[in-house]
Amino acid sequence: MAISEEEYLHKDDNELTTINFGPQHPAAHGVLRLILQMDGEVINKADPHIGLLHRGTEKLIEHKTYAQAVPYFDRLDYVSPMCQEHAYALAVEKLLKIEVPRRAKFIRVLFSELTRILNHTLNIGTQAVDLGATTPLLWLFEEREKIMEFYERVSGSRMHSNYFRPGGVASDLPDGLLDDIGVFVQKFPQCLADVETLLTNNRIWKQRLVEIGVVSQKQAMDWGFSGPMLRGSGIEWDLRKSNPYEVYDEMEFDIPIGVSGDCYDRYLIRIEEMYQSLKIIKQCIEKIPTGPVKSLDAKITPPSRTQMKESMEAMIHHFKLYTEGYNVPAGEAYGFVEAPKGEFGVYLYADGTNKPYRCRIKAPGFAHLQGLDFMARGHLMADVVTIISSLDIVFGEIDR
Amino acid sequence: MQPIEIIDNFLKTKKLEFSKLSIGNFIGYKILPENLINVLEFLKHHKELRFTVLTDLFAADFPERDKRFEVVYSLLSLKLNKRVLLKIDVAEDDPVHSITSIYSAACWYEREIFDMFGIEFKDAPDLRRILTDYGFKGHPLRKDFPLTGHVQVRYDETLEKVIYEPVLLEQEFRNFDFTSPWHGSRENILPGDEKATKQE
Repeated sequence: MAISEEEYLHKDDNELTTINFGPQHPAAHGVLRLILQMDGEVINKADPHIGLLHRGTEKLIEHKTYAQAVPYFDRLDYVSPMCQEHAYALAVEKLLKIEVPRRAKFIRVLFSELTRILNHTLNIGTQAVDLGATTPLLWLFEEREKIMEFYERVSGSRMHSNYFRPGGVASDLPDGLLDDIGVFVQKFPQCLADVETLLTNNRIWKQRLVEIGVVSQKQAMDWGFSGPMLRGSGIEWDLRKSNPYEVYDEMEFDIPIGVSGDCYDRYLIRIEEMYQSLKIIKQCIEKIPTGPVKSLDAKITPPSRTQMKESMEAMIHHFKLYTEGYNVPAGEAYGFVEAPKGEFGVYLYADGTNKPYRCRIKAPGFAHLQGLDFMARGHLMADVVTIISSLDIVFGEIDR
Repeated sequence: MQPIEIIDNFLKTKKLEFSKLSIGNFIGYKILPENLINVLEFLKHHKELRFTVLTDLFAADFPERDKRFEVVYSLLSLKLNKRVLLKIDVAEDDPVHSITSIYSAACWYEREIFDMFGIEFKDAPDLRRILTDYGFKGHPLRKDFPLTGHVQVRYDETLEKVIYEPVLLEQEFRNFDFTSPWHGSRENILPGDEKATKQE
């Protein structure tokens, strides 16, 4: 149970203990180092030290061509790679003023939603492990593995897919993939239902989650939260509805929102979002048209292997695209998507050359982790773990 | 009244200098750093606007400009579903007013800008480095900071600790210039033409 802030803040510093948590702690979800100021068992102040996974992605992208920059986005939030490529692809497409073929839009929506399930299964699984329940993780990882298999079939890679590229997607869906995704969509609700029987009404689960890490509507906005962190507090805001990109405006789905803004509400939202994702995936499979999967502008998208073997022109285009790349007209653009963790955005400064002048990556987790301090205040040590897993943080994107 | 008119009116009646920017769906303004707090307060508290969420705050470096940095504030109104982008120009040693009193979220973003660009923020509650290593020197996202950095770390067996050394490149840093001389190049000079322009 939360203990009021005022009750503990009046204590003078001599009575407080400072504890170091992480950076190699299994419950820190990566390389988080926390300096906790404790008053007995109660948190007085939490100071996250981040940057242990800082690789300078933004700087590196300034030195790469537009096509070479895509794989860096897989390595930001490595739990939901495709959604980040998506934001980057949208930003570049805005600058290039090109339209993506309709089939590619459906494929993007389909895989964005698979990615959402990929992300939420990991989040709920690890949260359960942090709180002492091992079974949900094992069950959910089995399903995650199937989604990763879909990733592999479509892009050749289980995690770092490099699949959504400016202009469309890398390649068309292989034969039979849609049927297999259809089977997965049929079977996955059973797994989710099983997980729910273990968690949702579980007395221990509720004791650990309800009224822990409460975020009011005002706080959620003030701290720049997005995604489930914002919706958990009862704010109806989802970029898929408010700024529909690709073909989300043709899809029918609901946005779950919370009431009390605590960890339990955010857990319920993530579960419900998975059911909604399945609904979207089903609609995608039904409606997906045939046709090209990348822009027909040969100056932007590389030719196929077969074309290269027959056409000199295609060969030259291939060579030019993989050495020089394409030039993007000078200007600025912001591409953003509703990633599983919240609003993920890419702000690009193009200067007319083949490399971005500056690439700003807006990661939702960065703002969320900043809120840990006010969320953890007055809670017990063990609750910090709950709050961290409820924030759904991944250090790839926070440290960049 | 449209949100854009409300903001325009405010800037005009208060006689705040501004110029408009057109960036995608954003309502964009370039304003003077000293007016920043005023404008942000207005955008956040005006009852028809309610730009209550600071989605992002970042900077960019343009070494050739008089005021080399550009600091960008990206705001979102959940009520209107509109986004505002405010830009200010900042010289190298000019501190900017911190906006943590208006948007709590700004704290870490300001730390990040301080860390990456070396821009200082007046009255910031906390201005430690955030992403770089403890004891790091330099500001990595400045254009004059080399991609490879200045130091590298390794574990020294004899000293039994991690030590910092100047970067040693086994192979020369390769930065292939594939820019076509016909289009895309900033200077637009064909190879060999440099001499021709010199003689003129």
